[in-house]
Amino acid sequence: MSTYMLCLILFCVGLYCVLRKRNLIKIIIGIGIMEYAVNLFLVLIGYRTQSVSPICVGNQAAVNMVDPLPQAMVLTLIVLGLSTTLVLIAIAIRIYEKYGTFDITKINRLKG
Amino acid sequence: MAGSIQYLIIVPLAAAFLIPLFAKKARAMSWVLAQTGVFIITVLSFMIALSIRGKGVLVYNVGHWPVPSGISLVVDSLSAFILIIANFVMLVIVIYSNGYIKKYSDTWKHYSLLMLVVTGVNGVLVTGDIFNMYVFLEIASIAIYALFAFGRRKESFEAAFKYAVMSTVASIFILLGIAVLYSRVSTLNMADIALVLSTRELNGGAIKFVTVLFLMGFGLKSALVPFHTWLPDAYSESPATVPAISSGILIKVLGVYALCRILFNVFGMQPAVSHILLALAVMSMVLGGVMAFGQKNIRRLLGYSSISQIGYIFLGLGIGTKLALVGSLLHILNHSVAKSLLFLNVGTLEDHSNVARRPVNSFTALVGSMSICGVPPTGGFWSKLIIILACIEAGHIVLALVAVAVGVLTLAYYFRALTPLLFRQVRHQEGHEKENTIPFSMGIAVVILAVISVISGVALLPNAANELLIGAVNVLSGGVGYASIVLGALV
Repeated sequence: MSTYMLCLILFCVGLYCVLRKRNLIKIIIGIGIMEYAVNLFLVLIGYRTQSVSPICVGNQAAVNMVDPLPQAMVLTLIVLGLSTTLVLIAIAIRIYEKYGTFDITKINRLKG
Repeated sequence: MAGSIQYLIIVPLAAAFLIPLFAKKARAMSWVLAQTGVFIITVLSFMIALSIRGKGVLVYNVGHWPVPSGISLVVDSLSAFILIIANFVMLVIVIYSNGYIKKYSDTWKHYSLLMLVVTGVNGVLVTGDIFNMYVFLEIASIAIYALFAFGRRKESFEAAFKYAVMSTVASIFILLGIAVLYSRVSTLNMADIALVLSTRELNGGAIKFVTVLFLMGFGLKSALVPFHTWLPDAYSESPATVPAISSGILIKVLGVYALCRILFNVFGMQPAVSHILLALAVMSMVLGGVMAFGQKNIRRLLGYSSISQIGYIFLGLGIGTKLALVGSLLHILNHSVAKSLLFLNVGTLEDHSNVARRPVNSFTALVGSMSICGVPPTGGFWSKLIIILACIEAGHIVLALVAVAVGVLTLAYYFRALTPLLFRQVRHQEGHEKENTIPFSMGIAVVILAVISVISGVALLPNAANELLIGAVNVLSGGVGYASIVLGALV
């Protein structure tokens, strides 16, 4: 149970980072932390104590194995997280070119 | 026919990656490829809608893996109804882009990203697997972040970054919801999840937590009121085709459709959840309407109007009777068509400033606004009338009064916005006649949408469209019966 709690704390650290930080790059890092907290949570769901890796050899049935599906999901999510981060960083670079700053309190031309 | 569902995803995805290959050689190729791809999938979605008339559902197992372990593609009446709307509106927007997007450089990037959005939208609509739905939702979202940044002004990057951060956080909440749900039911197939939830006694707390996470995540994607702040900013600076896609297609598919599918068909609608939906809907309707009234920028006004109309759609879903669901689904159709029409007209107006006196644009803009305000001959009148009647029928007199009041407010702010646009006199400037002619593709696109927003009320008369609409309503009101229908279609 304590591992799940640590995972939740990691998620909250990421959320705090997104909500409170004023630097664009730190916000992107916060999103990365949240993504990895969820990935960790998924791997923890699939984990069972004292179990083996989910590989079947010959006719031998895999007994008491780790759930492989969350691991496959995490592989997909890493790719998705990479592409999201890439787009965010590309936009952040363009913002720096146009505004000359990473501070979100100075990037406030849209109001209403 | 079941095998052809996969082409709804393959064709636009192939087009998205063929466009960069050919565009460098011949500039016109990118539009031709995009147009061909969207045309094929529009025809295909009509054919699929016709082929499910008798059976009600089409199921295809990708790679022939059996259902709980493999990914299945499912098209029922609800998916088919929204597939036709989304692909048809996209077809018209691509036609419009031919004339509109020429003022930007690197137009092939626009078309390529557009095709990725179509891939994501079609994927969300046809998938029967909850994690696969998340993946397609992210594909559409990432492509639309890039499209929102497709402007030349610095504000467009600010808006795109704001939307990208908020939407990514929403996606992570949805993902956390899927993870918690998987830990409870150990399956990802939506029909199988519904089956497991209905047969096994589960700890109710987890499902409530997941419902709240989904409401937050999909609520942000559909711009319901506490989560709406990205929408007016994002719409105010970008090519006009992008808000047309976002408002016409994305907030309906990624937000409303995905939330409906999960809440109605997987979890089964609980009274508490429908009360939350009603509260969010009323807040969206009222706040969107009031905020729209104070806007000076027409794009921001249309953005707040979208928030207000999404409120109407969720009002019908929250009431949940068959009549209310008919109204909601019809309002999805009317609002998609009319709001895309208005954004396309705004795009034409910005480029060709004496357009106000051109009959094509002023007349179609008038038709679109009438449809959104609910003025009688147009389709918007019927959907709003049905939603209000359903409120009265279900005994929610206060909600009916709020809906009528917001309708009047809508009429007021559209009248205020359109009066200068339609009736102002434009000074004639010599020598500007040539550049002020509107390309044919931009004219024909708005005319098509205007015709549909006038005649969309015929979906209420007995014909094929009505059959599809009633089928879609039956899917939603059938609730968790979805599981047995989908799993039964496989045998």
